Amino acid sequence: MQPINEMKLEFVSKSSNEAFARVVAAAFVSQMDPTLEELADVKTAVSEAVTNAIIHGYENRYGTIMMICRQYDNSVEIEVTDEGKGIEDIEQAMQPLFTSKPDMERSGMGFTVMESFMDKIEVKSTPGLGTTIVLYKKFGNQN
Amino acid sequence: MIFEELDIVAFCAPLQWAAVVHLEETLLNIKFSSRGSTLIAAFTGELDHHFAEYARNKIEGELLKATTRNVIFDFTNLSFMDSSGIGVIVGRYANIRKLGGRVGIICKNQRICHILEISGIVKLIPVYESLDFALNALISA
Repeated sequence: MQPINEMKLEFVSKSSNEAFARVVAAAFVSQMDPTLEELADVKTAVSEAVTNAIIHGYENRYGTIMMICRQYDNSVEIEVTDEGKGIEDIEQAMQPLFTSKPDMERSGMGFTVMESFMDKIEVKSTPGLGTTIVLYKKFGNQN
Repeated sequence: MIFEELDIVAFCAPLQWAAVVHLEETLLNIKFSSRGSTLIAAFTGELDHHFAEYARNKIEGELLKATTRNVIFDFTNLSFMDSSGIGVIVGRYANIRKLGGRVGIICKNQRICHILEISGIVKLIPVYESLDFALNALISA
């Protein structure tokens, strides 16, 4: 299926860009006339995905993060990609409360929050090459 | 610079954009007050990974003051929180409990409450609807 609209954003792995990325994603999605709730769902999930890339993908080192947003009829697909460390065991990483960084006060709830606020998420990762998280959200579900 | 540019975008864009493009609203601020030995940390803005360390340091600084025993996290005016906030709360909870204090959270924002619920933190820390409820519960216990 061809998207109706698409955008691509590249930014460095600075934590201040977490807010920037979620605000940009929300601005793109707002063209689809979402409810404020749906908009906040997208912001929360994007924030988790970008934080994941910064902390786990690049381990707070310099790197580039790419975010692609694609709009379909009544849904959006948001891809967040890093070229960092990658995830060895995706299934384990997605378990609630699992964290590889308990010393940094990470809750291990990132993927659970993304799953909870989006309709579907996909994680593709190759150790040593990087990770892509794809977030899907359909609008107008509550009607 | 970037803030100014985005504000111009917000000005030209449809009304609903105004809700999403003010980056300066994403800044976190914590104001402290106290009632007896209970410290109230009132959050405004957005609590994410970027501001987690700032929040941690600010609260730890206040906890060093000898009068503090209990802590209330007041999220009434917090507009955004992701799972980074959970780490901040759990970390402080552990330290406060070690010193025999109690912890409460005030939350009205549905999304933030939902994050607190799925993380299981509500099993450790009671969540209240208002400061009065929280203070009554902490003081009477």
